[in-house]
Amino acid sequence: MTIESLLLAYGLIAIALIISWHNKLTLEKEVVYGSLRATVQLILMGFLLELILTIDNYLYLALILLAMTLIAAAISGKRGRKIPHATGIAFTGILAGSVITFAVLAGAGVIGPEAKYIIPLGGMIIGNSMNASSLSLNRLIGELGHQRKRIETLLALGANARQASEWAVRQSVRSALIPVIDSMKIIGLVHLPGIMTGFIIAGGSPLEAVKYQLAIVFMIAGTASLTCMIVTLMAARRCFSQELQLLDTFRPSTA
Amino acid sequence: MLRVSNLSLTRDRKILKDLSFEVQPGHMLTVLGPSGAGKSSLLRCLNRLDTPDSGEVFLGGQDVKAMDILELRRRMGMVFQIPALIPDTVAVNVGLGPSLRQKTVSEQEIQELLQQVGLSPGFMTRQVETLSVGEQQRVAFAQVLANQPDVLLLDEPTAALDPTAALTIENLIKDIHSRLHTATVLVTHDIPQAIRFNTETLVIVEGSVLARGNIQDLVNDTSNATLQKFFKGELIGQSPAGEAPEQISQ
Repeated sequence: MTIESLLLAYGLIAIALIISWHNKLTLEKEVVYGSLRATVQLILMGFLLELILTIDNYLYLALILLAMTLIAAAISGKRGRKIPHATGIAFTGILAGSVITFAVLAGAGVIGPEAKYIIPLGGMIIGNSMNASSLSLNRLIGELGHQRKRIETLLALGANARQASEWAVRQSVRSALIPVIDSMKIIGLVHLPGIMTGFIIAGGSPLEAVKYQLAIVFMIAGTASLTCMIVTLMAARRCFSQELQLLDTFRPSTA
Repeated sequence: MLRVSNLSLTRDRKILKDLSFEVQPGHMLTVLGPSGAGKSSLLRCLNRLDTPDSGEVFLGGQDVKAMDILELRRRMGMVFQIPALIPDTVAVNVGLGPSLRQKTVSEQEIQELLQQVGLSPGFMTRQVETLSVGEQQRVAFAQVLANQPDVLLLDEPTAALDPTAALTIENLIKDIHSRLHTATVLVTHDIPQAIRFNTETLVIVEGSVLARGNIQDLVNDTSNATLQKFFKGELIGQSPAGEAPEQISQ
């Protein structure tokens, strides 16, 4: 790819900026910041990856994965600003979702014991877990505001925080999992996954490629479900005060 | 039964200022005031959906701060302006309060509760989304009554209804009160409605008590100029008498 082609690809960001500006979405800063971050991160990773993939010390590998989890939690936590301790909740959800999925895949022999498998697949798991966490926090905030009257009716009937937020939690998890479920439905028909395609182009057996890709698809679904449930349930508890009141951030001032 | 002493609440402004009153068992108190007077906030402080800055609330002689919050809310049943039921059948909604405490309500009990709010047993299996707002409000009353409360807090329960449905709910409130004798605090901005209820009334404006007494005596009290302004709908921020702030068509 030439530099000109890359610059042309950057032009696509301009479309996102124009749409945001024209529709007053106020996403311009985030789009520019995100694209610059992606550029810097990928340039750095391009040079570092070769070195990272040769690491054979498991402690270092674990530290790299932990750093990835912390960064993912910091990004995801910003989507839940209205919820106290959102970053900590995102960290717990991403870590738990990723560790469980990683352990299952490693146990099943899908992830080999080398850095060249652990880092890319670990990154993929953490990245998907972060998306699930961000969507969960975002949806929960929306649902708590939207269902405020029902939640307060339940509280007034004597519900505890878990009972009062049950419907909001259910709707948040359902909404947060829509992208993963829809993506599973079209994989191979509309969305041709990179790993499988790369595997076949590199001369691998199509059956072997399909097996790997299916493991990854189920890995994404498993991680997303686990993270969604953990993050939403933990976050919902934090949205109530000790006196079982919905926090002020989820309701307008009343008189 | 219910005693409130020097209750104050501040949010972005002073909402309640040093409010005190009592409601004896079997009595009904109407809290009347214009929109934004602090009426709903007052009810929310009673069952601790809001925490007042200062003051005390006693239920049956016990400070509510010392009570288990879940038990307090069971004993102080609250009906809101807009019914917010869970998306399920009427029977599930009516039995919801006890089920939160792992108690089941028998089919017969649900039928009796529905009868108390003027709904036939045929409503039991209806999904609440298929009901009119007036019918949903009746289900909300049955839901609260299922908890066998000691006090009923009614937060403008007819304000979201059209005039005909509002009148039927008014009659339902009178009927429930005359049969169960539950101490009741009714909040309304609607002066004609307060006159129809004809009870001990607390008029609050900007979070303070403007006057208290029987509503007929208050209406005839020409010595209080601000009170007369209120009854004429001339106070700043006051909507004309009888106009609902948030009305939902049936």
